[in-house]
Amino acid sequence: MKKKSGIIGGILAVLLVGGAAVAFAIAWRPAIAAIDPGARQTFDPALVKRGRELAAIGNCNSCHTVRGGKNFAGGLAVPTPFGAVFSSNITPDPETGIGSWPEEAFRRAMRAGVDREGRHLYPTFPYDHFTNVSDDDDRALYAFLMTRAPVRAPARENQLSFPFNQRLVVAGWKLLFLRRGTYQPDPSKSAEWNHGAYLVQGLAHCGACHTPRNALGAERPSASFAGGDVDNWHAYAINTQSPAPVPWDADALSTYLREGVHPDHGTARGPMAEVVSNLSAVPASDVHAIATYMADVFGAPSPDRKRQGEAVVAQAKPGAASVPDSEGAKIYAGACASCHESSRPPPYGGIHLSLSTAISASNPRNLANIVLSGVRPVEGERSPIMPSFAASMNDREIAVLLKYLRSRFSQQPAWSDLERMITEARRTQTAFVQNSAGPDNAPADPAQRDKP
Amino acid sequence: MNAPVIVDRRRMLTGTGALIVSFSLTSAFAQDQGAPAAPPPPSPPGSLKTSPYLDSWIRIDADGAITVFTGKAELGQGFKTAFQQIAAEELDVPFASLKVVTADTKLTANEGYTSGSHSMQDSGTAIQNAAAQVRALLMAEAAKRLDVAVEGLRTEAGTVITPDGRRMRYGELVADDMLHVQAQPNSKLKDPATFTVMGQSIARVDIPAKVTGGAAYVQDVRLPGMVHARVVRPPSYGAQLAGCDTAAVEKMSGVLKVIRDGNFLAVVAEKEFQAVKAMQALEAAAKWQESARLPKQDELPSALMALPSQGTTIFERSAVSASSNKTIEATYTRPYQAHGSIGPSCAVAQFIDGAMTVWSHTQGVYPDRAAIAEMLRMPPASVRVVHVEGSGCYGHNGADDAAADAALIARALPGRPVRVQWMREQEHAWEPFGPAMVTKLKASLGDGGRIADWQFEVWSNTHSMRPGGAGCMLAAQHMAQPFAVPAAKPLPLPEGGGDRNAIPIYNFTNARVVHHFIPDMPVRISAMRALGAYHNVFSIESFMDELAVLANTDPVEFRLQHLDDARGRDVIEKAAKEFGWRKGQQAPDRGFGFAFARYKNLAAYCAIASEVEVNRETGRARLVRAVAAVDSGQVVNPDGLINQIEGAIVQSTSWTLYEAVTFDDTRITSIDWQTYPILRFDAVPDRIDVHIINRPGKPFLGSGETGQGPAAASLANAIANATGKRLRNLPLTRKRIKDAIDA
Amino acid sequence: MMTLKVNGRDHQVDAEPDTPLLYVLRDDLGLNAAKFGCGLGQCGSCTVIVDGKAVLSCVTPLALLDGKQVTTLEGLGSVAEPAPIQRAFMEEQAAQCGYCIAGMMMRAQALLQRVRKPTDEQIRAELGPHLCRCGTHMRIVRAVHRAARLMDTASLAPVKEGSAQ
Repeated sequence: MKKKSGIIGGILAVLLVGGAAVAFAIAWRPAIAAIDPGARQTFDPALVKRGRELAAIGNCNSCHTVRGGKNFAGGLAVPTPFGAVFSSNITPDPETGIGSWPEEAFRRAMRAGVDREGRHLYPTFPYDHFTNVSDDDDRALYAFLMTRAPVRAPARENQLSFPFNQRLVVAGWKLLFLRRGTYQPDPSKSAEWNHGAYLVQGLAHCGACHTPRNALGAERPSASFAGGDVDNWHAYAINTQSPAPVPWDADALSTYLREGVHPDHGTARGPMAEVVSNLSAVPASDVHAIATYMADVFGAPSPDRKRQGEAVVAQAKPGAASVPDSEGAKIYAGACASCHESSRPPPYGGIHLSLSTAISASNPRNLANIVLSGVRPVEGERSPIMPSFAASMNDREIAVLLKYLRSRFSQQPAWSDLERMITEARRTQTAFVQNSAGPDNAPADPAQRDKP
Repeated sequence: MNAPVIVDRRRMLTGTGALIVSFSLTSAFAQDQGAPAAPPPPSPPGSLKTSPYLDSWIRIDADGAITVFTGKAELGQGFKTAFQQIAAEELDVPFASLKVVTADTKLTANEGYTSGSHSMQDSGTAIQNAAAQVRALLMAEAAKRLDVAVEGLRTEAGTVITPDGRRMRYGELVADDMLHVQAQPNSKLKDPATFTVMGQSIARVDIPAKVTGGAAYVQDVRLPGMVHARVVRPPSYGAQLAGCDTAAVEKMSGVLKVIRDGNFLAVVAEKEFQAVKAMQALEAAAKWQESARLPKQDELPSALMALPSQGTTIFERSAVSASSNKTIEATYTRPYQAHGSIGPSCAVAQFIDGAMTVWSHTQGVYPDRAAIAEMLRMPPASVRVVHVEGSGCYGHNGADDAAADAALIARALPGRPVRVQWMREQEHAWEPFGPAMVTKLKASLGDGGRIADWQFEVWSNTHSMRPGGAGCMLAAQHMAQPFAVPAAKPLPLPEGGGDRNAIPIYNFTNARVVHHFIPDMPVRISAMRALGAYHNVFSIESFMDELAVLANTDPVEFRLQHLDDARGRDVIEKAAKEFGWRKGQQAPDRGFGFAFARYKNLAAYCAIASEVEVNRETGRARLVRAVAAVDSGQVVNPDGLINQIEGAIVQSTSWTLYEAVTFDDTRITSIDWQTYPILRFDAVPDRIDVHIINRPGKPFLGSGETGQGPAAASLANAIANATGKRLRNLPLTRKRIKDAIDA
Repeated sequence: MMTLKVNGRDHQVDAEPDTPLLYVLRDDLGLNAAKFGCGLGQCGSCTVIVDGKAVLSCVTPLALLDGKQVTTLEGLGSVAEPAPIQRAFMEEQAAQCGYCIAGMMMRAQALLQRVRKPTDEQIRAELGPHLCRCGTHMRIVRAVHRAARLMDTASLAPVKEGSAQ
């Protein structure tokens, strides 16, 4: 925090010294004239359909729909280190939503993070990624959003402390960190790779979670995809530093992203659950493109790593292994093994834990989150159910269990300070788990996907 | 009503022909049916027809304790309480002074299965009449002993009282075999206007134990020396046990025995968790040969219709051919659906000195006794089956199979009570499902926008593979010397199976209904609550709405235009009124739907109006509120009836929005609550209101299944109203609704 | 051998530490309320209270019960002297087959011990892990509201004269 306030002080000093005119030039943005919301625009259904797919890739509903709220009406508190920012209403309601926005205003919001009236938007809306979205795609997204049901839902007051509640600060942030049009196609790569790169760096904004941020909350470009922390969940490194016991490849990623589950990696839960729920409705070609690009980011595994991965898969079978006489082993045998060592494949049998990234990662927080909250079923959908163990296990017992899981199911050194982390995890119930609308579609065996 | 004939024991023993009535095994005596051909020979009503002796139903001890016997089983519908009310009313005794004993082959009458919503009509009627006749006999006896005219006597709280105040308790009056007489065809029933117990919402007698941890279920049966067994079921239909090294399992802690009889594999242990672990080890050790023999789930409707079938026209009416202006047709489909009992099936059996006793939650203790006896090659008299409540079964679930499992295993451990508990996955995979069905409808509107022609065809398996025959039970099918699964037979009308409620209750100028009975059962099926009525009513009532739209008429009005049945009209009008049904009503994101049926066209009437909310982005449908009206004849326990209808609506909502059994080409894949989701609290409606139209003095009408079909159609109609899109393939899932909206 | 505290009494239990509490309660202690519904933590029928919190006893091994207090439905009250939650469920006739009810009641009891007047939303959210196949949901929610009211009036019982309060 000291570092942060030092930098803030520095920026404010520059702005002040620079003079009001400079500040004005940097910070001021003109308003764009409102359109007549009464004149309902008509859009080509094919454009709307593409917009729907792009909105799914962009995960718009995950932030802009709150549990129990109307679609896209906003109101989700997005936690940041500076306080909570509430997502806005992006339904075409004329007063409280974007109903009076022309397409130009929408494009400017996506490209430069400025609303119709010229106010800076907080980068919790990841326009540092959306700035890469093409005009055509912006048009499709606009067509989709403007044809949603308008909902009257006034914006909620952000909960930011001074000076972050001054939108002027965002202008400074943009000056430092917003790189326009960073995505450039790479002619040495395939069309599919390029399409994937475009989607990932743009709409899919994977880095917004998976890239570590600096003290001012901006992604660190030198550490792309090296792992990030959002809302008390750890988004794993998805580059060469991936902690997954089995290395990822394009096909595995594609399956995982679109079906929500892969037998060698497990089931996408936590905040990722909504991502895969959305991607299940996106054309397979888009998802495969994303996977192709990301497989390259992961990098081809070394022969050693590949061998290790194969060995893990081969040994990940329900064990007739004798149960060692430790407390952790007994807890595991009675609380976990009935699902995690059954002969049933994921997503309905728990993954064999030697395949679990959560257990091999350096940060045990996700594992603690899942053990505490369990996995809730998606209403009316075939979906995995894991009971919550927050009530039956105290912090010490969870620590003992995690220690056992780490030693039995990973090749990594022991975690430290588990009990304190678990106490913290218990205390800070995550915003996503509590308030987000949650996934609609559930991970499924591809053979069962879309079955009645 | 005639005065009861006073039975002189001596006369009866000399076999005076007039008192011996012929038995008839046809359907229940219904006093309000219109006069058909020659009247049948007089027989006592309800199950008295098959069990005419009064002491099969009522026993009064010298100390005045009264026991009521019913051959039906308490399934959680509250029958024990209702029967106690009926008997208390007609006997004129305090409610709490009676005890009800339910289905037990040693103690109660054979009333077949507790199914088809027959319990009130069969057993309730029998108890009502038996109790009335017993009271009449007691009064006659009192008249004799006190030397007064019987007409002057009255009864109160188990006592007969003379005009001058002399009293005799029932216990004093009962003598010898006084009640061992056959019932008369008619009884002097109490005037409903004087009811003090019947028609009241008496608190259920079984609930106190259930909310305080009292023993209430077959799962709670504990006998001295009882051991625990688990079955290892094959992984799929027809799988053959190729090999199983049981040596390691036999040595596991607590294991008493491993039983292998052909493809029947089970393990018995001292403690329950030991049995579970041994079962898991045995499962891992067993090697099965499976064969891919299941149809493609995606193509289930066409796969069904491609199977050989026997078509029968079950209804035909041709009037002068009316001119038809507009014609529409539609096909509706239903997948296999599971009973999904919350408590997996369980049974306890004990084999001592050649006698087998089985405690089971089967719906039919007598048929099960016969089947188990056949399986074990024992005389039926050596087998006793006692009904003990299980969790709700909603039809033929795994109960009978668990009973057979327990009996087979108990025989291998003579003397020891053996408890078999099915696992969740076993119940889900092996229970006999509600059959998949297809219906094709075609109708034309004539002048005036009324239906001129109606064609209805239904394709379905039988809806009952209940024992009747050892071969209906898994253990008997899997044994080394197996019993063949009996040939499937359709259930006869007027009740029907796949054709239950296929004949419309409406009055159509021309109509034709054809039942295509499919004997082949690629997936194991049997009776599930409402049987074919769920899908047939869903189809008819959805199609009525489609026709109403075509005729530009309000759906409620459209139904009334075609319905003559007065009680049906009452129920429709009541539901619509209480719902606040308004023509052309609209609300954003909401839809309104209506449906009506008379279960089996001879049981209870039910109309349901629903309001549904549909999320256009996700496709998710939620029942917001439902209002139902029900006419079940004379109501015995209003709250019990309301409970049943509420439950039917919620359960049918779950079936209709979510449920389908899934399978690949070899195995059932919906094997737990993850893979077979049912309704949870996040989808429960805001309100359900049930309005009863009581018909004092009218016969009881079975109500346990009357809500399933109307609830489904009401939902479908509301979703169509909300989205403008008609869905005809059950279940109406979120994805299907979304795809329809997006299309 | 371990000591298990159930409903205020100590019991010596001879079972392996990986044995789920459910089997111990039913078989070793002969208690009926907690039920086997799935053994997989999916249905809630096995719910009991441990140290004041509702847990699924089918996935809670004995190893997790050292020193903890277990409360089952039997421990809340009896037919003669029912606890508010039991009275409420009887008065609302909130059961059809009743198999799921004991688990529901324990979850509700744990909720009412934390939240005096839960809303409809809170009750439904709390009962999310529980399944009822008969469709008794409406009555169950009503019964929980009723229990909250009964607990409220119970707490308004007159204070003894001369007490410190």
